[in-house]
Amino acid sequence: MQTADKTLDEILNLAATHFKVSRAKLSPDDDFFKALGIDSLQTLDLLTKLENHFHVELPDYELQGVTDFRTLAGKIQSRL
Amino acid sequence: MNTELSWTGETMSYRCKDGLLELSLHRNPCNEIGSVSLNELESFADALQVLKQPAHALIISSDLKAGFCAGADLRELYERSQTMQKEDAAKGVRKFLERIHRALNSIDAAPLTTIAAVHGVTFGGGFELALACDLIIADKTARFCFPELRLGLIPGFGGIPRLKRDVGNAVVRDLLLTGRSFNTTKAQQIGLVSQVVSEGEALRAARATAAQIAKFDRQTSAAAKQFIKPIPHEELRREIDIFCDLFSRPAVQAGLKKFVESKDAQPYLP
Repeated sequence: MQTADKTLDEILNLAATHFKVSRAKLSPDDDFFKALGIDSLQTLDLLTKLENHFHVELPDYELQGVTDFRTLAGKIQSRL
Repeated sequence: MNTELSWTGETMSYRCKDGLLELSLHRNPCNEIGSVSLNELESFADALQVLKQPAHALIISSDLKAGFCAGADLRELYERSQTMQKEDAAKGVRKFLERIHRALNSIDAAPLTTIAAVHGVTFGGGFELALACDLIIADKTARFCFPELRLGLIPGFGGIPRLKRDVGNAVVRDLLLTGRSFNTTKAQQIGLVSQVVSEGEALRAARATAAQIAKFDRQTSAAAKQFIKPIPHEELRREIDIFCDLFSRPAVQAGLKKFVESKDAQPYLP
């Protein structure tokens, strides 16, 4: 299983690439809604990208209230 | 038949050319189904009675990047219900559901092969529209969900009976009782989606499938469809009754109010 740091790094890379934001501007504790400038529909898009990338299922309710990359990485790491 | 027939409305448009009928949804932000969409879907269902003669296949897709369809227009539903007495609102909801059931039943039973080419958000009523079709072709961005229980309701556009027709009861319970969404990979694993394609390729794949279908004898295809895809009329009627019973409860109105008034990036959903 890959490390939590690697998972977090991959999430940041994927988010930066997909939403065309500079990777250097993204930090683990950023609010990803603000950092990526995304709405609820785009959040679903991100969720799908993450599921496809990590080959995991992320039930929506587990992500309720999750707003930062680090916590998101933890949720994904628990399903790898 | 080489004649081209086309029509463009406020929320959708259709075009029939060389035996292929295509219905495209285009109401921002994500094809929410309100009264205008319903009027136009009914017009399409009426036109289908004529268009089924020259057409061998129907493809339903969305022109919008956000997705196929986010379902019922909850804002309109809530705002309209607030302008009416409780009894009138309940009657209005029942009438709306009966009308959309008639339109979706027409698509479901049409004697041509129907394909939903979906991407992105395919939620609630949008999922139910896709389920009325014979095949679902999805790109890798598609997500399927019945979020209705999160607002104290059940799907009202025929979703439960049609999903139950297509997949196992455990899958129906998972989608319905948790309100979670599935991605395309999961949807294909459970037998819901017939083809998964790359992002932006669903319509192209649906057209290729329609071209294959065109090689078959139309009467045989219609007979096969009628045999294998019965419309669950009794359960559909029951679904309307249950939805209407639930809709009039104060908890539902409170949930809709919170959802509609939410300004958060993640709108209120329990």
